Amino acid sequence: MDKLSQAQSELREMDALAAEDSPVHRLHPLCKLLVTIFYIATVVSFPKYDLTGLVVMVLYPVLLFQAAGISVGLCFYRLRVVLPLVCAVGLANPFLDRTALLQLGNITVSGGVVSMVTLMLKGVFSLMASFLLIATTPIDSLCAALRKLHIPSILTTLLLLTYRYIGLMLKEVSVMSQAYALRAPGQKGIHISAWGSFLGQLLLRSMDRAQELYGSMRLRGFNGAFEYARVPRCRLSGVLFTIGCGAAFFCARYVNIAGLLGSLIVR
Amino acid sequence: MITFQNVSFSYEKGVFVVEDLNFTIQKGETVGLIGANGAGKSTIMKLLLGLLAGTGEIRVDDLPVCKENLARIRRKVGFVLQDSDNQMFMPTVYEDMIFGPRNYGLTREEADKRVDEVLHSLGLTELKHRYNHKISGGEKRMAAIATILAMEPEVILMDEPSTALDPVNRRTVINTINRLPQTKLIASHDLDMILDTCQRVILLSHGHIAADGDAQTILRDEALLEANRMELPLCLQPARK
Repeated sequence: MDKLSQAQSELREMDALAAEDSPVHRLHPLCKLLVTIFYIATVVSFPKYDLTGLVVMVLYPVLLFQAAGISVGLCFYRLRVVLPLVCAVGLANPFLDRTALLQLGNITVSGGVVSMVTLMLKGVFSLMASFLLIATTPIDSLCAALRKLHIPSILTTLLLLTYRYIGLMLKEVSVMSQAYALRAPGQKGIHISAWGSFLGQLLLRSMDRAQELYGSMRLRGFNGAFEYARVPRCRLSGVLFTIGCGAAFFCARYVNIAGLLGSLIVR
Repeated sequence: MITFQNVSFSYEKGVFVVEDLNFTIQKGETVGLIGANGAGKSTIMKLLLGLLAGTGEIRVDDLPVCKENLARIRRKVGFVLQDSDNQMFMPTVYEDMIFGPRNYGLTREEADKRVDEVLHSLGLTELKHRYNHKISGGEKRMAAIATILAMEPEVILMDEPSTALDPVNRRTVINTINRLPQTKLIASHDLDMILDTCQRVILLSHGHIAADGDAQTILRDEALLEANRMELPLCLQPARK
């Protein structure tokens, strides 16, 4: 399977993953969305040297992945392209901040190294939480939840249609690159001289396709307002989940749980 | 039911895709629209749906096709696209099927009921919760027809409904078309299918009507078909050695 077909298949698998059934999948989408937003906000708000405090935050995605029946490995596999980018964000810190912060035996750990690791973990945890949200919530339900937060419908419709069109666009790219490869044996990828016409054709084909799709939607009465998935009423479990997670994040942010555990063990 | 009166359309000034078309389709008729590539078949359908605007007058159930009437006309006229992938843009067959009825104000319960009825009538109940990307080409074509039937249209337009289907799926689509009581306009190069489904044929040539009449008569007229870059349907051709 070529890379594009694999990307298409992974996109479809995300839909299938989101449609599965588990306690996490059954939670109200708005609750999951709010908890994810609060989680990311909490993670990002940790001070740059508070590595021990931040580490505890890994519990939320790991526990929920378990409850949802999704392996953490799958999450890292799907995020393999974006994770290195996130991790690269803090790479300059060790060079910019050389203040000695810790002494591990004979090794002095500078503030730059700690802040780099903290920054990396913040990125990784935020991505994990976002993946958890989309892997357990269908895109329609997510858009419905966003509408409940009074996000303008034009934005949610744009999000939904972009998600739908990505698959079609990948299909077009896949067909075009296969047609190219079949007439360019031995070439790896698409030669730079063909990029212009390739992208131009892709744009024209995508516009044609989008026009057809939009026509099909208009013929079935679409007038700009999307009818999102049926979102059931928020149940007590959802409310408890939101309050419980919110309280846990608050504690993790302001109480050094790792430090407390450490001191217990050292005693 | 459908009237075209002096209808012309051109993408470029002076180059007409269809020119001075006049025909009427009665309620309940099944009409085949045939002609070579570029003869104007798809353009006629798009004009009828108001996706393109030409000159002359088109009426559906006495309603002129104009901006003010588009919503009412599109509610009456369902269009099955040639490429089902362009029609089925929601994740599952069910979601695609309720898209139209919900847009036209049906409650979810009413739409659900309608979806069930249509799927049951077409024998597609098992497709209801299937993912669109996981169903076969034949199933997708049937599902595309189902999405249109869920809107309960009075007229169904079909653009090449039998292309890219294997013989069994093609036969299923033909049988389904024959069971539908609505007025139907079918554009196709598959003349065998047209012969199997339509009582009347409109043969287009360079945007003009070259022939309009009984399907059996037109589709057996070898000279007429050849003059318009077409061939006899396979089932009417003498056996080839």
